[in-house]
Amino acid sequence: MLSLLPESLRHDRRLVWATYAGLALLLCLLPFLVDAGMGRTWVRILDFALLYVMLALGLNIVVGFAGLLDLGYVAFYAVGAYLYAILASPHFGLHLPFWVLLPLGAAIAGLFGMLLGAPTLRLRGDYLAIVTLGFGEIIRIFLNNLNAPVNITNGPQGINLIDPIQVAGLPLSKGLDLGILTLSGVHAHYYLFLTLTLLTIFIALRLQDSRIGRAWVAIREDEVAAVAMGINTRNIKLLAFAMGAMFGGVGGGLFSAFQGFVSPESFTLMESIMILSMVVLGGMGHIPGVILGAVALTLLPELLRYIGPLQQSLFGRVAVDPSDLRMLLFGMGLVLVMLFRPEGLWPSPKRARELHPDSPDVSRQEQEDLYDASR
Amino acid sequence: MTPAAELLLEGREVTKTFGGLAALSDVSLTIRRGEIYGLIGPNGAGKTSLFNCLTGLYRPDGGEFLLEGKSLAGLKPHAVANRGIARTFQNIRLFANMTALENVMVGRHARSRTGVLGAILRTPGARAEEAAIREHAQRLLAYVGLERQSGSLAKELPYGDQRRLEIARALATEPKLLALDEPAAGMNATETAAMRALMTRIRDDGVTLLLIEHDVALVMGLCDRVAVLDYGRKIAEGTPAEVQGNPAVIEAYLGAGMAA
Amino acid sequence: MDILLQQIINGLILGSLYALVALGYTMVYGILELINFAHGEIVMVGALVALAVLAGLAGTGLPGPVMLVIATLVAMAVCMVAGLLIERIAYRPLRTAPRLAPLITAIGVSIVLQNLAMIIWGRQYIAFPPILDIQIYELAGATITNIQLLIVAVATLGMIGLVLLVNRSRLGRAMRATAQNRDVAGLMGVDVNRVIAATFVIGSALGAVAGVLISAYYGIGHYAMGFILGLKAFTAAVLGGIGNIPGAVLGGLLLGIIESLGAGYIGDLTGGFLGSHYQDIFAFFILILVLIFRPSGLLGEQVADRA
Repeated sequence: MLSLLPESLRHDRRLVWATYAGLALLLCLLPFLVDAGMGRTWVRILDFALLYVMLALGLNIVVGFAGLLDLGYVAFYAVGAYLYAILASPHFGLHLPFWVLLPLGAAIAGLFGMLLGAPTLRLRGDYLAIVTLGFGEIIRIFLNNLNAPVNITNGPQGINLIDPIQVAGLPLSKGLDLGILTLSGVHAHYYLFLTLTLLTIFIALRLQDSRIGRAWVAIREDEVAAVAMGINTRNIKLLAFAMGAMFGGVGGGLFSAFQGFVSPESFTLMESIMILSMVVLGGMGHIPGVILGAVALTLLPELLRYIGPLQQSLFGRVAVDPSDLRMLLFGMGLVLVMLFRPEGLWPSPKRARELHPDSPDVSRQEQEDLYDASR
Repeated sequence: MTPAAELLLEGREVTKTFGGLAALSDVSLTIRRGEIYGLIGPNGAGKTSLFNCLTGLYRPDGGEFLLEGKSLAGLKPHAVANRGIARTFQNIRLFANMTALENVMVGRHARSRTGVLGAILRTPGARAEEAAIREHAQRLLAYVGLERQSGSLAKELPYGDQRRLEIARALATEPKLLALDEPAAGMNATETAAMRALMTRIRDDGVTLLLIEHDVALVMGLCDRVAVLDYGRKIAEGTPAEVQGNPAVIEAYLGAGMAA
Repeated sequence: MDILLQQIINGLILGSLYALVALGYTMVYGILELINFAHGEIVMVGALVALAVLAGLAGTGLPGPVMLVIATLVAMAVCMVAGLLIERIAYRPLRTAPRLAPLITAIGVSIVLQNLAMIIWGRQYIAFPPILDIQIYELAGATITNIQLLIVAVATLGMIGLVLLVNRSRLGRAMRATAQNRDVAGLMGVDVNRVIAATFVIGSALGAVAGVLISAYYGIGHYAMGFILGLKAFTAAVLGGIGNIPGAVLGGLLLGIIESLGAGYIGDLTGGFLGSHYQDIFAFFILILVLIFRPSGLLGEQVADRA
């Protein structure tokens, strides 16, 4: 946990404790502060930010730790979401509780993770990206079309009226009355998501500092050397896919329950790219950076809504629709960051040096892959 | 005749072709436990290919290797490492962005077991194993003389230290046979002497060494036995003295007309 | 039998279009080992620019084919400049970076182009003006139009021209050398930057032509048309052997035929379970299968690995 603090502050115990206590207090009060300052919509956005933190940390295991460029991560998010939707809505008349569905979603998504990862094990960077992209699209097309002859996913219309999460028999969407204070739906979800996000961060940190985490990084750094040191790269890579997918599956289930409605529209390639960007732009492999990336990329597009009124005040009219600008600016952002700060906003201290090579050695070593073609 | 108990590694008519090119043709050799065995030959003779076949990176098109009498045929590289063969690489393949200590700790992967659950829950067993891994790694760094660089990133180490780190990492797998691919390449006389001392020490501590080297003086002074490859074939095998006087060897290195 | 022949003809036409676009992907990958995600969007830009020119030329009284040629030339010019700019600004600085960076950048450029097009041309479908007389020919029970013949002709010319360029010209020799070993080519006096720029320019020009033909064939243009097309063309390039020019054409034609036949017969094949809207999946499945089982593609060389 100490690794989240900058070097200089780590040694003064009281300062460390004070920082954590302050942070905890801020996190507890945050929804109320946001609600008061910016309105309830922003609390909802905050909830989504937490959701994306979970997703980004999941993808970080695959991309950041193990170095497997996954452009189809949204598939696992979709699997978790649709599983929840199918088993907790009027669609089939099933109403399983969340504490069954979330772990089930994680398990099924994890299985998908291994299924989709298995064919990619021998592929190199670009090809791996394309194949995973293909898988993501295939899942989306199936979700869009599995409404005949047997209606599993209800096609493009999606599934709605999904059961909200119930705590002690009370649906969270209606909020909680705690006697001394009343929590609205979005506030209640905030605390649930916050708990799960903290759990996710905890798991990610534990994995990072472990034998498995080291094995993942070894594979990322040099797969040939890793395998020569006795690491079963096939299994370890599958494990990365599975763990990442499990995080995605849980995120998907939460999304379903929170939103109350799912459709294939929510699980496009753009979504995969967005989550990947959170990892890459935040600081690939570096957990605090990824958290920052997820929060930033969830909040920034929302801030862009204000460009409309801004244009109005500057130019007297709205020249470009803000929602059109969002994606344009995002694309430009991707290019600019890769050109000027490819290590991301908050990289691990090691990584920053890696991505500004003084010599071409980095890409050269990448190109010297050694795998018998017949294997 | 070599008594079976002394025989650690046997290569039987190992053959490997790439397209039309025969990288290795019917190469056979035997390495006894506790010896330092050298593999020399002109560039392109197939030495590294032999290493790659031995460690499972290439699948031989013919022949096989046996470690302690058991065939290694068809084993994937990580399985070969688990059986007890570790290697270093001609072009140094360290985990560049991990520290020296972390590099060696990765070497312990094959001899440890903690999985995902253990990692997340930090059970007492997991914690004990992690501490053991760290301690073992630190000991190995000290063994090769890198104890003060344990926190440095591997890519920031000077060349000689990188070579030694690679050896420490390979030793972490507790190999029976350590295969070194040009460990003294690019080193001056002092560094080479230090490397030679290290290799002797490793052998004295119970690890058999297989060595590819171009430094003839080093090979002749250090190795108990030597095999010479040329164009994928073994053209001589024996003690350094025997091999040095072998006309075929001289011809391979210096061309026909120079053999006595 | 009639349907089969018609499906095959349609497949060849579709395949020719894929082939034209695939050539751009394969050339860039051969030289830079970069998947130029933005290439599909270049094709889109070519189509939309041409449509804009045609809209501007409407009412001038020029004959249809002349307007088409003018529109194509303008589209080519715009796309060549765009390709040049993209290479110079987004890709060149990242030539020595680890592979992740140019990949993400390419995705970023693709997003920028698509959204710029959406802002400039709007979200609606843009119709191709009725400036060409469609002639239908009968061929053994199947029909083929003059536009379809034009597509095949242009694609064939394009491939022949490119093969001649790469194998017989000085620039082509320089391109092949750069693809084999960029540094040594530079040491031998090849201006690597110019060669790479030329590669992008040629690829973009071909892409522009493909864009015009596609919009003429399907009758519409749209800001989102580049994405799926790009993926499929990339699939075709991989299928034929990435970096291999005849391979791109072969891959394109094969993919077109497979898609066409597949869409036609998939209902029968799966007993009605899957409909023709699963058509897009074919390309993805082929891509995945090729990359797993024969990553070098049909005409590519098996890469021997060194230690």
